[in-house]
Amino acid sequence: MVTIADHSREKIEYLIQMAQEFEKHPNRRLLEGRIVATLFFEPSTRTRLSFETAANRLGARVIGFADPKVTSGTKGETLKDTIMMVSNYADIIVMRHFLEGAARYASEIAPVPIVNAGDGANQHPSQTMLDLYSIYKTQSRLDDLDIFLVGDLKYGRTVHSMLNAMYHFHPTFHFIAPEELAMPEMYKTFCRDHGIKYVEHTDFNADVISGADILYMTRVQRERFTDLMEYERVKDRYLLKLDMLSKARPNMKILHPLPRVNEIEYCIDENPHAYYFEQARNGLYARQALLCDALGISLEEVKNDKTIIP
Amino acid sequence: MNKKQLLVAAIENGTVIDHIPAEKLFAVVNLLHLEQITSAVTIGYNLQSQELGTKSIIKIADKFFTDEELNQLAVVCPNLTLCIIRDYEIVEKRTVDLPNELFGIVKCTNPKCITNNEPMRTHFHVHGPQRNALKCHYCNTVISLDGVQLIKP
Repeated sequence: MVTIADHSREKIEYLIQMAQEFEKHPNRRLLEGRIVATLFFEPSTRTRLSFETAANRLGARVIGFADPKVTSGTKGETLKDTIMMVSNYADIIVMRHFLEGAARYASEIAPVPIVNAGDGANQHPSQTMLDLYSIYKTQSRLDDLDIFLVGDLKYGRTVHSMLNAMYHFHPTFHFIAPEELAMPEMYKTFCRDHGIKYVEHTDFNADVISGADILYMTRVQRERFTDLMEYERVKDRYLLKLDMLSKARPNMKILHPLPRVNEIEYCIDENPHAYYFEQARNGLYARQALLCDALGISLEEVKNDKTIIP
Repeated sequence: MNKKQLLVAAIENGTVIDHIPAEKLFAVVNLLHLEQITSAVTIGYNLQSQELGTKSIIKIADKFFTDEELNQLAVVCPNLTLCIIRDYEIVEKRTVDLPNELFGIVKCTNPKCITNNEPMRTHFHVHGPQRNALKCHYCNTVISLDGVQLIKP
């Protein structure tokens, strides 16, 4: 599992079904006796905890490192050498790397399965899987939804992966971003080539939000701007405030990959439209599914699993 | 190509690469690793050409390249003409076809791509409906074909 773009519609639906099984019964001994390595060449506490919890709740044991400072990479060891070494010890490798394409390369050389936990600005498929699972859970379907992506659409890899994965399901996208962080031309071409409708907005208000089934918020980061005046001008324009939800559809849910800084007003947390904390919880089930699938455990086996811990 | 012109520096057996845009000559030399060849190599640089203005031509005696070796030349010059010579006669004349995948030829322009940070071979897929771009197999960066940088030999 290196990129979501490799997956068919059927495969995505299959993984969602598997995640549903894990949500019903998250604690099992399905991976008892297996060792999962989590190699984080770039720190990411949230993603690492989620993967390690997924492995632990399935009975696997976890080895690895959380901080690249403690590994030989800093001594000049190649990625290949690290991967080959760890492959001797573990049954599967979950890796996060700051270089783009690192997971693809690792999957070509490693004798054990590789799960990509993020490679630079490129892909973050486990985040995409949990986003899709969250959309499915809240809307009871993936087809024909109005999905609004807000904030940093230029560098946000979660929104790019979302385009790659959702194109199977005839969505209508709305891109809401300052000009400097607008959706790159390459992804708009992708939408046109695949017949995906999209609308671009620079305004962000109650009227715009009223058309959304999913409002996917991302953070507008100061360091992304070359012109700091421009940052000052737009930074508050993409913050979600409670009164902006006045015209929202009843089924509308707010997603955010977290961490949030101030882009969603804190009082929204108690609002029924807020879904970002549940979304993070769904990450556990999505990652349990990804680990099992990568290890060759089928949906059938998960359904007939006798190792469930009540 | 007319035969009279060919006879000037005719080779008995080997490969003639014609219609190389003059400025692409050294890229072709590098791609075919001609510096390692021990047989006679004739290089014509800045020759008159009706189609190109100036062109370059390379004649390599007693050397026949694989299709794979020749097709990679399409990355730098898509309109080459290749002639295979046996016993002073052209036995095959062809153009080059850009292969669907390129290994170890083109450098990825993304400094954060794994291929620029690890001792490994690059890998690109030809991309786009006009087949005029390359997409990195690893980091997905798309590079236009007229802007490619070749890996230094």
